Amino acid sequence: MADVTFTVDGKKLMAPAGTLLIDACRKAGIEIPAFCYYPGLSLQAACRMCVVRQEKVPKLQTACTTTVAEGQVFVTESPEIAQARKATIQLLLGNHPLDCPVCDAGGECELQDMTFKYGAGESLYVEAKQHREEQQWSPAVYFDRPRCILCYRCVRMCGEGMDVYALGIQNRGVTSVIAPNGGDHLDCEQCGMCIDACPVGALTSGSYRYKTRPWEMNHVSTVCTHCGDGCKVTLGVKQSNDGTEIVRADNRDKSGINGDFLCAKGRFGFDFVESSERLTKPLVRNAAGKLEPTTWEHALRVAGTKLKEIRDNQSGKTGGGDAIGVIGSNRTTNEENYLLQKFARTVLGTNNIDHDRSTDYVSFVQALAGHEGKIATLRETASAPAILLIGGNPTEEHPLLAWNLRTNVRLNHARLYVVNHETIKLERQAKAAQGVPPNGYKDVTTLLDQQQSEFAKAVMAEDSLLIIFGQEFRGAQLKSLVAWGLNRGNVRFAYLGDHSNSRGAADMGLLPDLLPGYVPVGEAGAFAQEYSGLPVKAGKSQAQIFDAAREGKLGALLVVGANPAKRAGVDPANLNGAFVIVLDLFPTETTALADVVFPAASLYEKTGTVTNTFGDVQLVKKAADHAGTKPDFEILVRLAGSMGVDVKTLVPFGKGGAVGDFGQSRGAQAGEADRHAVWLTANGLEPKVSPFDPLAVLDEIERLVPAYKLDRLNLFAGNDVSTEPGFVPVSAIASAGSEMIAPAHDGLFTSGELGRHSAYLSELNQYESRELAETAAD
Amino acid sequence: MSPKESNTETMSIFSPQLSARFDVLVAKYPVKRSALIPMLLYAQDEIGYLSDAVIAEVAERIGITQLDVRNVATYYSMLRFKPAGKFNIQVCTNISCMLRGAYELYERFQDELHIGHKGVTSDGVFSLEEVECIGVCCWAPAIQVNYAFHDELTPNDVPKIISEYKSKANGSVKNA
Ligand code: SF4
Ligand code: SF4
Ligand code: SF4
Ligand code: FES
Ligand code: FES
Repeated sequence: MADVTFTVDGKKLMAPAGTLLIDACRKAGIEIPAFCYYPGLSLQAACRMCVVRQEKVPKLQTACTTTVAEGQVFVTESPEIAQARKATIQLLLGNHPLDCPVCDAGGECELQDMTFKYGAGESLYVEAKQHREEQQWSPAVYFDRPRCILCYRCVRMCGEGMDVYALGIQNRGVTSVIAPNGGDHLDCEQCGMCIDACPVGALTSGSYRYKTRPWEMNHVSTVCTHCGDGCKVTLGVKQSNDGTEIVRADNRDKSGINGDFLCAKGRFGFDFVESSERLTKPLVRNAAGKLEPTTWEHALRVAGTKLKEIRDNQSGKTGGGDAIGVIGSNRTTNEENYLLQKFARTVLGTNNIDHDRSTDYVSFVQALAGHEGKIATLRETASAPAILLIGGNPTEEHPLLAWNLRTNVRLNHARLYVVNHETIKLERQAKAAQGVPPNGYKDVTTLLDQQQSEFAKAVMAEDSLLIIFGQEFRGAQLKSLVAWGLNRGNVRFAYLGDHSNSRGAADMGLLPDLLPGYVPVGEAGAFAQEYSGLPVKAGKSQAQIFDAAREGKLGALLVVGANPAKRAGVDPANLNGAFVIVLDLFPTETTALADVVFPAASLYEKTGTVTNTFGDVQLVKKAADHAGTKPDFEILVRLAGSMGVDVKTLVPFGKGGAVGDFGQSRGAQAGEADRHAVWLTANGLEPKVSPFDPLAVLDEIERLVPAYKLDRLNLFAGNDVSTEPGFVPVSAIASAGSEMIAPAHDGLFTSGELGRHSAYLSELNQYESRELAETAAD
Repeated sequence: MSPKESNTETMSIFSPQLSARFDVLVAKYPVKRSALIPMLLYAQDEIGYLSDAVIAEVAERIGITQLDVRNVATYYSMLRFKPAGKFNIQVCTNISCMLRGAYELYERFQDELHIGHKGVTSDGVFSLEEVECIGVCCWAPAIQVNYAFHDELTPNDVPKIISEYKSKANGSVKNA
């Protein structure tokens, strides 16, 4: 809409006609207090905190519902307004217990801040306060009724935002009360969004309540480790006996890719790091055949010596690089994945490297190779005018994507088209939905082209399309869908995969036939010069590695953050004595087979980058510390060191590692280097002086992987930056392997091994399955 | 949980007449949920109160959540969630009635029936409620027994009114 000019507190402001006054003021740096207003949710005008004086209007107006028009004049602060706000606070405090010293929200409470500002220090009310006991509505949500100021944010958040409608408001006037859908309990998605939106401490979280005071925590923004969406999550951490403990997860500044949103896993599922089952000491199998705790030095020596021996033994049948297999992780950082494959290829001399493939990114990227600007970022799912969702179930498996789609439909009237073999919840937001048989996805493009159904006509009439598709698509079927879209034009794609860094695992070349950036090992290009001793033949896939073991041809197996023994059902006898080294957080079926086990740090305990399923790269920052563990990055570097490798060839750290000349060499400008160092530090770009600094490897990734031309300043500022698979070289080699894809399909409360070790997620999972069982029995 | 999952197979707990009336009501308004309040009132008249089953069926007929129904129903004091007596005696104590002795009247009812506000007699025949203005101020003090009015009362009229309804109740028991 056209811009209009109006005056606020004597300042001339401009905003599009129809903008809410409160928003226009906030943009101009004028803060208007508000309790019930919440950007993006429907207007409520329930609290009267935002009152302002508008010229020629007899009564005070609510800024949260007043839209701006040409020539209006407002006053937002005056003795009259302050008095009105003070009176409102007095009413709100009429029955409020003022238990701020023990309230979770104390120090982060909007009511506290407003009382501080408008100072209703005394009250005219002398009536006794009505006390109500706090109620537990679910393992995640608690309600303290007397603290509630009836702003309805939670009700709207749950209904409009989550499309769950689990909260309501009952009774009338002074007896009004927020009520859960189960009468005395909540049957819902347990996302905790209502707690987040609550401006006071009326809704509190089961995982955080009464644990600490907000000002006693440090807050570190990092990336959630639980699904392929990659929400930015702020971890509140405190010193504890064995390191730094995570006490809370939320999205404090709402600055991330996820805006307001976090799901139950991101918000409550961090407690796996504290699980008593965490591995905290290296283990080495002793003469009696038992795994025994030992020192890092000893474990590294045993593992390094053995790896070296097997690699260098060219005579026996289990010798040489080809007798070693490496299996990487879907949850480690890009730098760790890169380092792992570089270690495998240049130190161990093998291309036998793979990971649990849950999503066919290889086919996806190959289909897009050479086509720039065709991949959709996660942010675009919240703004694209038309979206075609084929397969997948975002509500369960990609909660943030589901939130974005709902928001987009609600606020921008986006048109969502759903094709699925099941009824999925997002159909409630869809403009049209089309069912297909479970094996019918291959016919979708034909269906659309024929334009016989209303559905197909509507989709085909769209100018632009964002096509989001699920793991139902692999291999040739995936490629034909992408080809169809490319051919149609004005289409962008997103491919839904599991795990926080599955995309990064594929992008960083944890594959037997492809180097980082999907460069075929046979046409290694720049890698050939940098990777001395790179084998040119494609290596063995995970399945082939275990076949080799069965045939007695596997000398050693290095597993990082994966559990192939469970996934592939490996029988120890079939390993035929292969030497097994495992890096992991927890004891697993695979560590049970190992000869050496290293206790690894989780994603919340390390630094690096991860790539979500949309190809957005984000910075992971170390938040917590768990005594005894080390990041996989450091373990790999030390392992290489124990094999006698010059680690500088692996991690280009320190002088000579950096490619640019930062001015240090110009003698006459001696001060420049110092000034430059100050600037680098200020921007989080300090020179990499340690072999354990993953950012040195990020430099190398950027240099060698064309898709990872990252906007560094944005990345280090904590923003998501996108990759460009269009830069992947179009290659003649068609990668096989689509048949090896096995999606994990983690739901709202499951997250593989991590989920199993999160007491909180297990509890929520149990709670909700009990709910389901009860409903079914009714 | 979601409004979409409706189960039309369930047997209605309402009489065929009321069911038919609901079918009409639901289709009558541009937005289905506009039918909610009349439906609740009719349902209460037939069943006696808004039982969980009533709330569930009304929610399903309109296609909203049960929580939604409760949100609305709890707002209105004339909708109740527990059974009332066969005869619900509502004594107005608003200003006109109060000035003309409503409290004495109300007390007399309490004494005679041995129940207080919102109480139900043990035989289930009577319930008592103190209510706001029922719109018969000119003949204050007034009471309403179910849908019947009694006005210009004094406490001495109370035993007569009670026995009158008691015999009606007995009669209906005999007839039943
Ligand atoms: S936890 Fe989430 S789904 Fe449950 S009531 Fe709160 S907002 Fe609604
Ligand atoms: S519980 Fe919190 S968010 Fe909900 S109405 Fe009360 S104060 Fe507002
Ligand atoms: S949507 Fe995914 S990334 Fe976001 S909080 Fe939930 S599990 Fe974590
Ligand atoms: S913010 Fe405007 S009335 Fe609450
Ligand atoms: S005051 Fe009693 S009927 Fe109006």
